[in-house]
Amino acid sequence: MRDSSPGASASSSRTISRVVADPEDISRALRRLAHQVVENVKDVTNIVILGIPTRGVPIAERLAKNIGDIENIIIPVGSLDVTLFRDDLRMRPSKALEQTRLPVEGIDGKTVILVDDVLFSGRTIRAALDAINEYGRPAVVQLAVLVDRGHRELPIRADYVGKNLPTSLNENVSVQISEIDSVDQVEIQSMTEQL
Amino acid sequence: MKHLISVQELSREDTVGILDTAIEFNRVTDGGTKMLPTLRGRTVVNLFYEDSTRTRISFERAAKRLSADVVTFSAKGSSVSKGESLKDTALTLNAMGADMIVVRHPSPGAAHRLAHAGWLESSVLNAGDGKHEHPTQALGDAFTLRAHLCPGATDFAGLTIGIVGDVLHSRVARSNIFLLGILGANVVVIGPPTLLPVGIENWPCQVSYSLDAHLPELDAIMMLRVQQERMNGTFFPSELEYSRTFGLNRKRAKKLPEHAIVMHPGPMNRGVEITAEVADSPRSVITEQVSNGFIVRMACMYLLIGGDLSVA
Amino acid sequence: MSLNSYLIEGARPYGEDVQDIRIIGGRIAEIGIGLDPENLGVVRAEGRVALPSFVDLHTHLREPGREDAETIASGSRAATLGGFSAVFAMANTAPVADTAGVVEQVWRLGRETGLVDVFPIGAVSVGLNGQALAELGAMAASAAGVTVFSDDGHCVFDPLLMRRALEYVKTFDGVIAQHAQDPRLTQGAQMNEGELSGILGMTGWPAVAEEAIIARDVLLALHVDSRLHICHVSTAGSVAIIRWAKEMGVRVTAEVTPHHLLLTEDFVSGFDPVYKVNPPLRSRADTLALREGLADGTIDIIATDHAPHPHEAKDCEWDSAAFGMLGLETALGVVVSAMQDVPDWNWRTLSDRMSSAPARIGRATNHGRPLAVGESAHLVLIDPDQGHLVVAEQLASLSGNTPYAGMTLPVSVTDVFFNGIYQVKDGALNV
Repeated sequence: MRDSSPGASASSSRTISRVVADPEDISRALRRLAHQVVENVKDVTNIVILGIPTRGVPIAERLAKNIGDIENIIIPVGSLDVTLFRDDLRMRPSKALEQTRLPVEGIDGKTVILVDDVLFSGRTIRAALDAINEYGRPAVVQLAVLVDRGHRELPIRADYVGKNLPTSLNENVSVQISEIDSVDQVEIQSMTEQL
Repeated sequence: MKHLISVQELSREDTVGILDTAIEFNRVTDGGTKMLPTLRGRTVVNLFYEDSTRTRISFERAAKRLSADVVTFSAKGSSVSKGESLKDTALTLNAMGADMIVVRHPSPGAAHRLAHAGWLESSVLNAGDGKHEHPTQALGDAFTLRAHLCPGATDFAGLTIGIVGDVLHSRVARSNIFLLGILGANVVVIGPPTLLPVGIENWPCQVSYSLDAHLPELDAIMMLRVQQERMNGTFFPSELEYSRTFGLNRKRAKKLPEHAIVMHPGPMNRGVEITAEVADSPRSVITEQVSNGFIVRMACMYLLIGGDLSVA
Repeated sequence: MSLNSYLIEGARPYGEDVQDIRIIGGRIAEIGIGLDPENLGVVRAEGRVALPSFVDLHTHLREPGREDAETIASGSRAATLGGFSAVFAMANTAPVADTAGVVEQVWRLGRETGLVDVFPIGAVSVGLNGQALAELGAMAASAAGVTVFSDDGHCVFDPLLMRRALEYVKTFDGVIAQHAQDPRLTQGAQMNEGELSGILGMTGWPAVAEEAIIARDVLLALHVDSRLHICHVSTAGSVAIIRWAKEMGVRVTAEVTPHHLLLTEDFVSGFDPVYKVNPPLRSRADTLALREGLADGTIDIIATDHAPHPHEAKDCEWDSAAFGMLGLETALGVVVSAMQDVPDWNWRTLSDRMSSAPARIGRATNHGRPLAVGESAHLVLIDPDQGHLVVAEQLASLSGNTPYAGMTLPVSVTDVFFNGIYQVKDGALNV
């Protein structure tokens, strides 16, 4: 984007958006994920959920609530900013850090479920694994994402996927969560050449 | 942001962003005890034309905690003491591929010249230029004030902060006065007229010659160092008279509100601008200022050279 | 075709009605309308303004001693391109121009270059040290015929020495040109003292450091009834003191530089030492008072204080940089630019302040004469509508420390005649 001159992009292309998930889709997906977690994890009381800012955090909170509702317990939730551990830090301007808040229980010996909105190249998750390594030694680390859009650049896969969304590389997946964006929806935005 | 030369270039949003980032650094590194990979492969040069072990070490530690390669040029025992010009030193550092120059220099504007004279490509972080500015000290002090008086706040409205002593020769005072102004604090500058700059009445602060009159209203008091070379009798008659009029002693400290904190950028002249008793009292946050300065320096280094340098 | 003889067709002397000017053998032979060129070379002025060439009472030519920054030859080229026919070369060379030998050397080098008349200024004190009087009489009696004496760069701070100097030069109608700067009040000073110096953390240079010396010296000049000239007046307070002194009958004259008329201290905030100058750039209010004082005659003349410095003296941090800026080649454009909105300012007042008054103060009797039949043909043609971009690298000066680089000045010196020699043609040296 930075390489193209603004004038050229404005005249020759435009953005088309289409909504691929509405609020009901998202909440159904998160309920399903919660059931999968409960099925999959032997001791749900040992779970700690860590959301990756920005949108991974409210998704993590909802997922934790769903699991808690099923099992009638409170699942500890935290946030994990992975910026400082990214290997692609140099590819964008630096920005102020987001919060990292680990639950008081810590993560040692826990089943940590990382939560992010979109799984794409896998680099965020790699950075998250490095970050977790700095904070402790969980027994198990699993990954839950709302959308998996493909195009992995690292051998990383999600344990729980809300929605598989095959995309092309010139499309952008935008997850909007009401806590931040005042609406729940998933959009695919594509840049089209105008003829 | 490519350079950090003066706090006057910062907006309130920039400042709060730096302070928030510093909070995260403090947490992530557990107060600076853990290493981060953030600046791996980056080169940070500490270029110190003045002896300042404290500041130099703080910057060195900050860069090392972020895994940067750190090179230190000190005035003594290097080419800079052999009469090499600032420009030639800059050209050398540029050829070495320095990503950031942390510079301490006795001439006001030296950091600005390094950044803008076309001598080098690197980011420049001002670690004190003459009597002009020392932005990371002020950011560290703002971090300390915020932690004690208004955690998480996005401005300092409603806080009254006293800055006492030699403002004329103090880059720390300049940076603090302007940064606190940007954050919306009410700043009261107190000192003898000989040690206040001409035109200070137009700065974003109140000016007073009486310390006692303001003590009860201060949420924090920052005592400035009286430098030895000012004690020769032309700025004020004697050390004793200075400390009687503008020194912070136990009696004066008692007049501060209970929650008020006592600050000093160091190094202190115990017994001149501050008594040992006050400096070591529970309300003194002087040692915290040192560690917070270090944390803020990490945050600034990350923000300046952590990301893509070509778009800064 | 006789030597140094031309017909200038269609010039406007002092910006007034169109006239032709005939120059024969280096003198103005005829002024009128529709003159016959006969066999003379014709210069078509096409309505450009004709003025007597300018006289600069305050120039640093740096020779002897700093020939890397400027020489008498390069400074002379810069002067003629700026429209000057005479420059007074300041004494702070190495060695200092404090003996007949040094001033005669400068004078001789000026003659050899031959582009402008170079009048050496003698030092007031030996080695500019402010302690003992230099050989003022010997310098006055030398071939250089020195009339102006100055320790410029340093103030004659000792009031007793100043008194004696003022008294002594009366014997040969000399004048003491004072660099008014109290050294105690300006220790380590870097820029005008005011709100900005406080914010930038620079040691301030208070106006009073200049004004106090001027006040003292006008009283001394009154007391001993001698001629005093004040170099580079830079503050509103100085203008007021000089105005008062003139009312009191003091024989005081004063100069202002083009840069103090146009530029303000605000330029310092970028820390570029090209704006570092002594006295420092002052406030907007000061520049306005200086313009007013120049227009009403309180300030008698414009002097450039042309101060060349090698590149490295400015390509550094502020504190280490040298004081001073170039002035000869940009003087006219800067003055026109600064004075354009000032009431009672026209080409005649400009000509008085840049030519006749400085020649009178320096007793340069062959310069600064009116455009009239029988006078030496020192004259300039100015295109009042043709601006020009200042490019440091294109200046004739050996140095490039001009604060006007990249600026477009509103008028251009196009042609210069020196003793009738057609020396500058279309803005370039005519070789």
